[in-house]
Amino acid sequence: MRPIQRYTTCFFSNLYLGGYRSFDSITHGYDTLAANYGISVVNAFASVVDREGKTVRLADGSTLSYDRLIIAPGIDLIYDSVPGYSEEAAEIMPHSWKAGPQTQLLKAKLDAIEDGQQIIIVTPPNPYRCPPGPYERASMFAHVLKAKGFTSSRIIILDPKPKFSKQALFSEGWEKYYPGMIEWYGSDVHGGIKSVDQKSGEVATDLDTFKGSLVNVIPAQRAGRIEQDVGLTDDSGYCPIDPASMRSKMDENIFVIGDAAIAGDIPKSAFAANSQAKVAAMNVRGDLIESKVFPAKYANTCWSLIETDDCVKVGAQYAPNSEKIASTSSFISQTHEPADLRRTNYEESVGWYKGITTDIFGA
Amino acid sequence: MVRRKGLPGSVFVVVALAVTTLAAAPDAAPDSERGQIIFQTCEGCHQVGEGARHGIGPHLDAFFGRCAGSLDAFKYSGAMHRYGEDGLVWNAETLDAYLARPQAMVPGTRMSYRGLTDAAKRADLIAYIASATAVDPTLAPAPRAEIGAAAMGIDGDPDYGEYLAGESVTCHQRSGRTDGIPSIVGWLRGAFIRALFEYKTNVRQHQVMKLMAVNLGNEEIAALAAYFRGFDPQ
Ligand SMILES: Cc1cc2nc3c(=O)[nH]c(=O)nc-3n(C[C@H](O)[C@H](O)[C@H](O)COP(=O)(O)OP(=O)(O)OC[C@H]3O[C@@H](n4cnc5c(N)ncnc54)[C@H](O)[C@@H]3O)c2cc1C
Repeated sequence: MRPIQRYTTCFFSNLYLGGYRSFDSITHGYDTLAANYGISVVNAFASVVDREGKTVRLADGSTLSYDRLIIAPGIDLIYDSVPGYSEEAAEIMPHSWKAGPQTQLLKAKLDAIEDGQQIIIVTPPNPYRCPPGPYERASMFAHVLKAKGFTSSRIIILDPKPKFSKQALFSEGWEKYYPGMIEWYGSDVHGGIKSVDQKSGEVATDLDTFKGSLVNVIPAQRAGRIEQDVGLTDDSGYCPIDPASMRSKMDENIFVIGDAAIAGDIPKSAFAANSQAKVAAMNVRGDLIESKVFPAKYANTCWSLIETDDCVKVGAQYAPNSEKIASTSSFISQTHEPADLRRTNYEESVGWYKGITTDIFGA
Repeated sequence: MVRRKGLPGSVFVVVALAVTTLAAAPDAAPDSERGQIIFQTCEGCHQVGEGARHGIGPHLDAFFGRCAGSLDAFKYSGAMHRYGEDGLVWNAETLDAYLARPQAMVPGTRMSYRGLTDAAKRADLIAYIASATAVDPTLAPAPRAEIGAAAMGIDGDPDYGEYLAGESVTCHQRSGRTDGIPSIVGWLRGAFIRALFEYKTNVRQHQVMKLMAVNLGNEEIAALAAYFRGFDPQ
């Protein structure tokens, strides 16, 4: 069940902003799944889940019944986590944290920036979708401005956190490619984000008020709304699951995967959602036809592009323990790595995009 | 000269290998004299050359070509034994990977040495160990196993392989198409198993693949090989 006919991936949407990918190349349809894999695709909003009767009611009033239900509604944005921000304000200050028209809006605003104008990114608090995403986005903004020969524009990042994912790698890259262009203010420096004003383009913090011609506000997040409605979430706003199967702790007939789930040490990424999907699918099949169920294994790798041919990556393997899904081994790119390694990383990320989208949408 | 499949036949080959890995650093041809100085750090535990005996660590005479954890009179860690059974054989490449970070290559090894990060120094040290050996290396006991042998001996479960392959196909396409990521479809079973084992033991260095392989046991490697062998590209 999907409410839309075509899906634009958030992953690689920063590369679209940077001009490395077309919008078309990050947008996919469900036709192949229906034609080649025997999957019935319903493009409709699921409005109610009746857990007793094991049915899902769609927005048009029709219902579907299930033996097992897998849900992956992604995230909901908590607009008012940033005072002054709202769904309406997002038309002026895009979040672009759900891909589609928002991503195109941000691209149009980025392309309209003139030399000397300032960009502000308000980043979200943990936990959120794609930890390195906001900083990769800042890099792509800088890449576009630099390529146009702009020297006096600035990109200000106002962060509610004191540190961020791959910080040493991004800092090194920004220093190398965009000296003086990107300024990052952690929570201990700006003291707190007080409000945003869509009319003036101002963001007020304890330290100072910043003004941007483009303000990209990425608010706090929680599990997608349908789950809020059906009681699969806990106080954190996300869905607790059994680490060994991705089965909801609230309902044994439901599996929750992707950004909506509380997946322990696993960050919210497409790679991880795909890995969780495979564990859930194996368990659903085991439930229904008693096929073999093997021990759960999860993996993640996230690539981030800093400048053309300079891509860094972080990855880990995970396994369930009695409490949560825990990291068992990990790696991260190092500072001062040779250029050819970073270029290979980029080529690999392009290969991964092709691989995972083929895996998801079929061939 | 004794020839063993897939392994350097003698110390001379070993030294030559070490040289080629250093081609990038111009004046850094491995030097056994410099290696001897570095070896002073090792001497507290290891002996090499005429009459070498076990100490805190096993003796290193006729080291190259030796199967890991294979000398009877020495009490190795369970980890080192297992790696030997899996087919880890000491040569310039495997020793180089081990010396860089022993715990990373053989997690659980008893050798309490953090590692030598400088590749040129490792090459010197390897050159010294090769040159100091007193016993004719061709007389060293034959390795117990080819690399990855334990996995090769297992009849992998293709169903398990199918599940594990879910991780592979996030990047490697089932069609065998390559778009920046190599194909893993249609490999010979031996080569497939060997490659995974080489990632596991750090002989191959790719970060993502090392991560993918580190938790794969012989069962898993055999299962993946069984799945991809029977796999019909779409
Ligand atoms: C800028 C950015 C860059 C990123 N880069 C990367 C990257 O490089 N690598 C990576 O691995 N990850 C990346 N991510 C993260 C990745 O996009 C997400 O983690 C991933 O999309 C999560 O998948 P999901 O299925 O949980 O949610 P989603 O992809 O959001 O899918 C949920 C779907 O469910 C639909 N839906 C929601 N509610 C309902 C309902 N009630 N009825 C019917 N349908 C519904 C939604 O419309 C949506 O289509 C990035 C994210 C962003 C924002």
